[in-house]
Amino acid sequence: MAFAAFSTTAGAPEDIQRRRSPVALLLLLPGILYLVLFFLTPLVSLVLTSLQTPAEFGDIGQFNYAFKWENYVQVVSDYWPHILRSFGFALAATVLALVFSYPLAYFIGVKARRWPLMQSLMLVLVIAPFFISFLLRTLAWKQIFSDESFIVTSLKAISLLAPDAHLTGTPGAVIFGLTYNFIPFMTLPLYTTLERLDVRYLEAGSDLYANPFQVFRKVTIPLSMPGIVAGTLLTFIPAAGDYVNASRDFLGGADSQMIGNVIEANFLVLLNYPAAAALSIILMSVILVIVTIYIKRAGTEELL
Amino acid sequence: MVTGAFAERGADLELVGIQKRFPGFTAIEHLDLKIPAGSFFALLGPSGCGKTTTLRLVAGLEEPTSGRILIGGQDVTNQKPFQRPVNTVFQSYALFPHMTVLENVAFGLRRRKIGDPVEKAHEALRLVELDHLAARKPQQLSGGQQQRVALARALVNRPALLLLDEPLGALDLKLRRQMQLELKTIQEEVGLTFLHVTHDQEEAMTMADTIAVMNKGRIEQMGAPEQLYELPKTAFVANFLGQSNLFTGTVVGATSEAIAVDVAGQKVVVPKSRSHRQSGDVTIGVRPEKLSLHREAPADDPRRNKMGPARVIDVSFSGVSTQYLVAHPVVGTLVVFAQNMAFGPVAHVGEEVWVSWDIEHGFGLEDDPADAPKFEADTSTRTLAAQKHAALLTELEEA
Repeated sequence: MAFAAFSTTAGAPEDIQRRRSPVALLLLLPGILYLVLFFLTPLVSLVLTSLQTPAEFGDIGQFNYAFKWENYVQVVSDYWPHILRSFGFALAATVLALVFSYPLAYFIGVKARRWPLMQSLMLVLVIAPFFISFLLRTLAWKQIFSDESFIVTSLKAISLLAPDAHLTGTPGAVIFGLTYNFIPFMTLPLYTTLERLDVRYLEAGSDLYANPFQVFRKVTIPLSMPGIVAGTLLTFIPAAGDYVNASRDFLGGADSQMIGNVIEANFLVLLNYPAAAALSIILMSVILVIVTIYIKRAGTEELL
Repeated sequence: MVTGAFAERGADLELVGIQKRFPGFTAIEHLDLKIPAGSFFALLGPSGCGKTTTLRLVAGLEEPTSGRILIGGQDVTNQKPFQRPVNTVFQSYALFPHMTVLENVAFGLRRRKIGDPVEKAHEALRLVELDHLAARKPQQLSGGQQQRVALARALVNRPALLLLDEPLGALDLKLRRQMQLELKTIQEEVGLTFLHVTHDQEEAMTMADTIAVMNKGRIEQMGAPEQLYELPKTAFVANFLGQSNLFTGTVVGATSEAIAVDVAGQKVVVPKSRSHRQSGDVTIGVRPEKLSLHREAPADDPRRNKMGPARVIDVSFSGVSTQYLVAHPVVGTLVVFAQNMAFGPVAHVGEEVWVSWDIEHGFGLEDDPADAPKFEADTSTRTLAAQKHAALLTELEEA
């Protein structure tokens, strides 16, 4: 009797499920736990914070939980120039990084195939900047672009720069800094795709009356699309939220502040947590929408 | 001149003093070649003989170290591949993976701005019976279908010269036969000049009007398939294009029509018209299917050469014919193909046999026998072991 009772409980549906994939579930557990702890929890907390309202008669930085969706309207109307500027700068930096990285990656991945040693050496050179903290490297650029620097004085001497003009603190300097810092993230995915590019397709293209430019546009670019998509995403997403390059302590100025700087200021200086949280969520959602559209478009372009 | 219009008809191709060196080796020693317009020309040779390099030189994918390339009388040596009126069917097909079959075929038409590329591409796909798969991606097709798309992609441009780089290599035997016939039909229909590179001698012989046999960066012999087969000029051609039994000997006598060669004590007669060398040491040969096998010593016949006795060491039955390997004590192993007129093989392993052939079927090579060993030095482990075994046996008997 006891045996029969035991076997009926063993046949329960939950037990069947456990039997189906106990190992898989066990292996998934750390990942799920990690996501819940370090992604879902902060996200929920961020959403809740963004809807908070200032505590009545409280100190600065004291807020109560509420459903104050007006926070979103408020930050958009206050900071829409920063939001636009962020995506403009990120886009410019992504395009510039692509323009610089593509020839570089093509050279390392395709032209240098005959010399494997040189290929590895050039890859090391691409990664080499990572050995120094990017804060230090960005500070170094601040020095190079400073008003007393050789570059600025020379540019002024040949009248390419007005006598009272600066390089640091301008949008150009911020875009330069973003481009410079994200070039390796663009080059490496491009390199991995171009390294596998079968040059026989290029030969077939030129055999079929395509001149070098047409071969590049019709064959090389579509075949390296996976690398282009990966590289631009790895550049665009962090660049849009970057707050180091545009910071006044580095290459930015009053009229080149990005949304990252605004979030930082709201969180750390103004102690306006709901505004900072709302801006963070807006930034995240806009990036998500842009990336989704971009991947969809890139995917269909590849089909054409 | 490449844009806007199709080539009217095939053009002739002329290679003048072509040489191609790569760092470390010479792919093509010295090549002079003229392919008449509208012909189906095959370059035949083992891998590494320089045939694919020749094709790439004509397509413009490699630059010759020296020499000139003329297509239809026009010097194209300095033209880039996209400027040449030439299309290639690549060995790897090289179909663009990011385009549909239809777009692959229309690619060349679009680049040359030829009107109505889509309809023309459909037409080319109908020719290779793949129009129903026009919307697919190349990687969704089988190897044979991809090969036909590659062919359509090249043919649709109506190039003056079509280059085929072992395009049938990946196909199974039945499909290959079918494609060989189709290619030949298409070539005759459209009247283009085809240059076909292959290592498959049977493929070259069934398809081409003219075959050039290449070896080590040189053309060994060029001519119609029958001519090359019946009258090979060098030992390489004799063995690469089918099989041959080759003997070396000294000319011991000559009449106005024939020479007599002493091969290991046996007199072998070869017609003068079929022998490139008429005196001194010569290499002569005969095709295996021209040999008759006798189980008793044949009577002397002035119109037939004979050799024997020898021993049958291997019999392999292949349906239509049987191949016998016959070991002769002096000249080595002979190959005999016999049509299966009776049921099963007529001789068995170990039997003593004689072979004979019509003197008209012998041929004399141009090669200097001094350049090559008299018979291939047999250094296989099996032979060495057999020699050792024989030596041991005699030693034992002596003891």
